[in-house]
Amino acid sequence: MRKSHIVVRSRGIFAGMLIGAIILSLLAACAPPVTVPEAGMGETPAAAPAAPTAGAPSQVKIGIVTFLSGPGSPFGIPSKNAADVIVEALNAGQAPAPYDQAGIGGVPIQLVYVDESGGPDKQVAEYRRLVLDEKVDLVLGYVSSASCLAVAPVAEELQKLTVFYTCATRRIFEEASYKYVFRTKGTDLVYNVGAARYLLKVKPDLQTIAGMNQNYAWGQDSWTAFRDTVLQLKPDVQVVSEQFPKLFAGEYSAEISALLVARPDAIHSSFWGSDLEAFLIQATPRRLFDQSIGVFIIGEAMLPSLGEDVPPGLIIGAEGTHGALAPDNELNRWFTRIYRERYDARPIHPAYHMALTLFGVKAAYEKAIAENGGKWPTQDQVIAAFEHLEFDSPSGVIQMALANGHQAIEPMAFGITGEFDPAAGEVKLTDRMVFPAECVNPPEGMKGEEWIAQGFPGAKCP
Amino acid sequence: MRPLLITVALLALLAGLGFVLPAWIIFLLSLAFARGLAILSVALLLRAGLVSFGQGLFFAASAYTVAFVMRAWGVREAALATALGTAAGVLVAGVTGLLLARYREIFFAMLTLAFSMVLYGILVKAYALTGGSDGMAVATPTIAGLALEAERLRSGLYLLTLSCTAAVAYLTFRYMNSPLGYAARAVRDNEVRLEYLGLSTWGTIYLTYVLAGGLSGLGGALMALNVGHVDPQLAYWTTSGEFVFVALLGGIGNVLAPLGGAVVFEILRAYAFKYAPYIWQMIMGSAMLLIILFMPEGLWTIYTSAVRRIRIRRWSWRRLG
Repeated sequence: MRKSHIVVRSRGIFAGMLIGAIILSLLAACAPPVTVPEAGMGETPAAAPAAPTAGAPSQVKIGIVTFLSGPGSPFGIPSKNAADVIVEALNAGQAPAPYDQAGIGGVPIQLVYVDESGGPDKQVAEYRRLVLDEKVDLVLGYVSSASCLAVAPVAEELQKLTVFYTCATRRIFEEASYKYVFRTKGTDLVYNVGAARYLLKVKPDLQTIAGMNQNYAWGQDSWTAFRDTVLQLKPDVQVVSEQFPKLFAGEYSAEISALLVARPDAIHSSFWGSDLEAFLIQATPRRLFDQSIGVFIIGEAMLPSLGEDVPPGLIIGAEGTHGALAPDNELNRWFTRIYRERYDARPIHPAYHMALTLFGVKAAYEKAIAENGGKWPTQDQVIAAFEHLEFDSPSGVIQMALANGHQAIEPMAFGITGEFDPAAGEVKLTDRMVFPAECVNPPEGMKGEEWIAQGFPGAKCP
Repeated sequence: MRPLLITVALLALLAGLGFVLPAWIIFLLSLAFARGLAILSVALLLRAGLVSFGQGLFFAASAYTVAFVMRAWGVREAALATALGTAAGVLVAGVTGLLLARYREIFFAMLTLAFSMVLYGILVKAYALTGGSDGMAVATPTIAGLALEAERLRSGLYLLTLSCTAAVAYLTFRYMNSPLGYAARAVRDNEVRLEYLGLSTWGTIYLTYVLAGGLSGLGGALMALNVGHVDPQLAYWTTSGEFVFVALLGGIGNVLAPLGGAVVFEILRAYAFKYAPYIWQMIMGSAMLLIILFMPEGLWTIYTSAVRRIRIRRWSWRRLG
């Protein structure tokens, strides 16, 4: 023992140098794919020579933060893929109208990626690095609500335009108001209000409901919003079971047994990622969905991966009108085509969320350029243009209507799983129904809970 | 005299860096020092032969205390919040220590882990109070009664973190070289002999544990103030595991080794994030592997072997001259 220590000590310096060299070479080996950004098409000559914007910088540098590793990566990687193909096409000026001007106002976009793993404190440090060291012009990102809640005050402190792309917590704009923070999609509230409304449309004689949600903020928020909406719309409905298994538990036999015994008419679930697939694979053979309707508010993401194994008759949502529930417009056809050509897969809803932030930012910048007499705008002018903006997207028209124009409202779509479609490799959704944004979103200045409790004042439903 | 001069110079240098280095590095250093205190507490226990996989318990208890007193009592003063947070760390250690001081080895490690996971569970489940897994915001603090603007606030928090760390590092150094500090080391070497010397093993471990709880608590409070957001992840076992990881990476032979390890770890991770966003975990893992293989006493080995080399050279010169 002691001898080996002495031997090792005398080699200490060399060992240190060796480790240093290895780490450096590792870093160097990893550097090229990142320092030459995959999507940064600065070198590629823009196909459509745009009108030069006066005072424009040589590039718009965007920091993109999403899960590149860990359990969040089934959402993060498709989002990153979407950012890559869209920015490449935008820089080449190959996107359809109204986004056919190259880059942003003729200025190429460069992307810098950051992994969202490591917890909110790590994300705060990385955010500061993106803004102060990488000197990005804006930051797009964040899947986890905890990251969004931690980063929002820092964005305000560093005064940097920041657009949240898929985190859903309503607490961000309900608990504070921000000047530099935007979100281009709806909150957890509206998915669940929409799901409850859809369920009551397809099953007006609903008697009993049950919940199957992950035991963390998203699962709890989703379940309370859904339960309260159902009870508000049809007060005689009974809640027969509330299951809260732990996040990423992966094994649900006890909960499935409890649900089988409770025999609810409908089971609400906000499951996502591997949990969602595991639950479906375990529940289907036990015929849980033969006796109860499954309501999966973000079940859309598992349609391509589970393919034929998705049982018929489930109600499926996509956090809005995205993915399999997206409208048939030109931007959507274009987006799904370029995505499929590159990755041989259909973009799922997180990819659409990423598309929304990119199109929203491009629309805001170009509106600000127009309002600034064709000159490159300041960040404050971009923010002013972004507030209350309405922009086209593959998911339809998005309105920045709430929180002084910083929070988007979007329509909600739901469908029911039906026949397997071998050509698409996934089951088809039938009975697609869209609720307009004014139907499922609370009016400006009203908290979600109050809105449900007061019976949805101001809601305009068909 | 010389060590004192070197220490003062090092402190002045670190404080001066606060005005020179880019703001994001300053923030990174603040985080490194805050974590470094928790890592130092792990190293203290390691010196007594006890592996704690639950230092996140005090870290999180203190961080949440800071968030709570700011929300509920309207406390804004950073120093007061830090003191309350540290007190929470000491209190939690004082209670759990009553049980834990009876255990050694894997049982001690698993029980510390269990306690921190209990707190994690409470923080996640007490949704209405703590915001569940999303965590809660920490209000903007004042420093010495002054409400500073954003940039000044960061420098202020850095100086606060640095001075707390320096003061505590000094006290820990004094403790390690005191009879009590040696008693803790003796626990690892020979408990029976310690009892024969008339010292209580239980008491020694209990005191070391409470001290470690306070250190970790101070780190947690500084962490909460710097980040501005607390979440249950702070009590999760991976956070505590990381503390053990960095304690081994830095070395446990000296007060400065774990703190230096924390700085190296934080900077290595930041650059791994920057240059290899897809494989940063692999880089951290390789670094750990190499250090375990070549430097069983951590990065501090580089310093000790350098000192030894210089001494040998001097000695040989003297002989020759």
